[in-house]
Amino acid sequence: MKDKQVLRLHVPEPSGRPGDKTDFTYLHLSPAGVVRRPPVDATPSSTSDLAYSLIRVLDDEGQAQGPWATDIGTEPLRAGLRAMIKTRAYDARMLIAQRQKKISFYMQCLGEEAIAVAQAQALREGDMHFPSYRQQGLLLARDDVDLVEMICQLMSNEKDPIKGRQLPVMYSYKRAGFFSISGNLATQFIQAVGWAMASAIKGDSRIASAWIGDGATAESDFHTALTFAHVYRAPVIMNVVNNQWAISTFQSIAGGEATTFAARGVGCGIASLRVDGNDFLAVYAASCWAAERARNNQGPTLIEWVTYRGGAHSTSDDPSRYRPADDWAQYPLGDPITRLAQHLERLGAWSAQEQEATRKELDAEVGAALKKAESYGTLSGGRMADAATMFDDVFESVPAHLQTQRRQLLGNQR
Amino acid sequence: MQMTMIQALRSAMDVMLGRDDNVVVYGQDVGYFGGVFRCTEGLQAKYGKSRVFDAPISEGGIVGTAIGMAAYGLRPVVEVQFADYFYPACDQIVSEAARLRYRSAADFTAPLTIRMPCGGGIYGGQTHSQSPEALFTHVSGLRTVMPSNPYDAKGLLIACIENNDPVIFLEPKRLYNGPFDGQHDKPAVPWKDHPQAEVPEGHYTVPLDSASVFRPGSALTVLTYGTMVYVSQAAAAQSGIDAEIIDLRSIWPLDLDTVIASVKKTRRCVVVHEATRTSGFGAELAALVQEHCFYHLEAPIERVTGWDTPYPHAQEWAYFPGPARVAAAMQRSMEA
Repeated sequence: MKDKQVLRLHVPEPSGRPGDKTDFTYLHLSPAGVVRRPPVDATPSSTSDLAYSLIRVLDDEGQAQGPWATDIGTEPLRAGLRAMIKTRAYDARMLIAQRQKKISFYMQCLGEEAIAVAQAQALREGDMHFPSYRQQGLLLARDDVDLVEMICQLMSNEKDPIKGRQLPVMYSYKRAGFFSISGNLATQFIQAVGWAMASAIKGDSRIASAWIGDGATAESDFHTALTFAHVYRAPVIMNVVNNQWAISTFQSIAGGEATTFAARGVGCGIASLRVDGNDFLAVYAASCWAAERARNNQGPTLIEWVTYRGGAHSTSDDPSRYRPADDWAQYPLGDPITRLAQHLERLGAWSAQEQEATRKELDAEVGAALKKAESYGTLSGGRMADAATMFDDVFESVPAHLQTQRRQLLGNQR
Repeated sequence: MQMTMIQALRSAMDVMLGRDDNVVVYGQDVGYFGGVFRCTEGLQAKYGKSRVFDAPISEGGIVGTAIGMAAYGLRPVVEVQFADYFYPACDQIVSEAARLRYRSAADFTAPLTIRMPCGGGIYGGQTHSQSPEALFTHVSGLRTVMPSNPYDAKGLLIACIENNDPVIFLEPKRLYNGPFDGQHDKPAVPWKDHPQAEVPEGHYTVPLDSASVFRPGSALTVLTYGTMVYVSQAAAAQSGIDAEIIDLRSIWPLDLDTVIASVKKTRRCVVVHEATRTSGFGAELAALVQEHCFYHLEAPIERVTGWDTPYPHAQEWAYFPGPARVAAAMQRSMEA
């Protein structure tokens, strides 16, 4: 009789822990320019190879390479670089404001700026993003969203457009195509599919863009969204931002060890791409490809953006307890701002001096906005929406039981 | 014209699909086939596949897409095939639909109606018989509605579709084809010739937040809804007690004024529902009645409910709170 094999539970581990050096070979990078660009009407199943390779445009010298390199001129790129620098300046200032207890909590997107900013440029006015909490670049890439108002949301003060109802960073900007952020992960992914279905039902031309992190793809809403998007051929871009870490949980615990997140899409009949998320040109090109498919009734595209969470998950997190302290510096796909700046410098459309001047200018702009926002109160300063407003917007109108409770709050027992 | 509750619900959706291009109807088996209970029969043929269609077996996906559609500007009416199946949609209902208006300060809203057949009496066992209304009334931001007859079913469903809040619309499936009073060994009574089965063909609404006095009476007040309205009526007939039966219709928000006025008049109160007892909506009703009517009460508030067990299959009629249990509670209230 054969001996019984003892069974073992496999629990994935990252390739680097504090004190080690991360082995980034697990990323399976492709050289810039080598991955093919299929026609926009490619069948989903034919994109299978693109779900396992990595679309890159910018090489290590900052040159645009291969079929995904599109000539959009230097002005949009300069605008994109500026928006990324602004996003980073905003995050840096808000982190300090949190430490100064002017805001209760903050989440930066250090290292991931290219993904939101380039996609914001690739989509049109009227399209609707369903973001997670690390896509502030979608708002900061626009010039019609007031920085002061955004910071008032962070401060939950009397000018907070959502009246202190949500944690900092849970913005809502319908007019800017930015859906209300939920702290419940993954829920917005299927809602984006519904919004896209509605646009198709109405014969509209607007598309939706869904956002999720690698960690939250383990939620059923993610898989449900893939099914519905495929079934109804919904005009939606399904973005998976794989920044390698979900708080302290490495992406292998979300199911990224022996496959890719992009590969989930192919199995569901969805065209799928795996793209260098720190490569502004690649993000822009892939977003345009997916948007065109959606607008042509060719249905959804899943895009895994391979990037790295440069900072802590949030101001309540300390990543040095679970990953090597210098991990971001070692990350092989670099810093999206440095890479685009290098590319523009090669084209003679940017310089180190301009970068420093731009950084200073935008930092001053954010600083001034912060000061202005503070003048409307901070969370610790007590100037916030009146407590009685907490009974508004539970329903369209305030029903009798909430009118009673509001009277009780205000000290009138009946 | 005469309608069953199924026909009345179908008529409500038909009227709204016809009046408002933003109304869409979907769910499992809802499209071509017309639903397992036939509530959407013929609607796809009439309004087309982009307005009335089948959905994958995913309650979370059905509700989640409906929220996105509602945020776009549509008025989705979705079906969860049995109330017992809504649990996979819990996060979307509780954390999303119910809170979208609040969390965005009305930047985005979710005007959607989620229909779900509920209640027992059809030998459906534990997965086709539940009455989960209290799980919804506990959530701020949701409306919870349950009609008890064809006229109310159509008028309430239209009111819900036109309302800008998310609504849970519970349909007592044992009432789909007739006013069942819990006397299960007697022949089924059809809706035909019932006064509340006379339903206008066109548009009308029954207001939300408004209870109806189903049976006026003076001896005690029964607070109930759905199938238990008829069970309570049978109990009043059996016991000879002149009960005033209040059909809540809108379970939450509640028409508290009608409840208080009746209990202050009769000075006795029996709460009846089919759902399990502990933390059921009857507990909320009892609490409200004692808060508002304590000094008028002549007797402890009685509760008649399903037992605190899963809904059994073979023992259905031992579980179901039938007229005998309701009559006994009425008797206790009168004798206290």
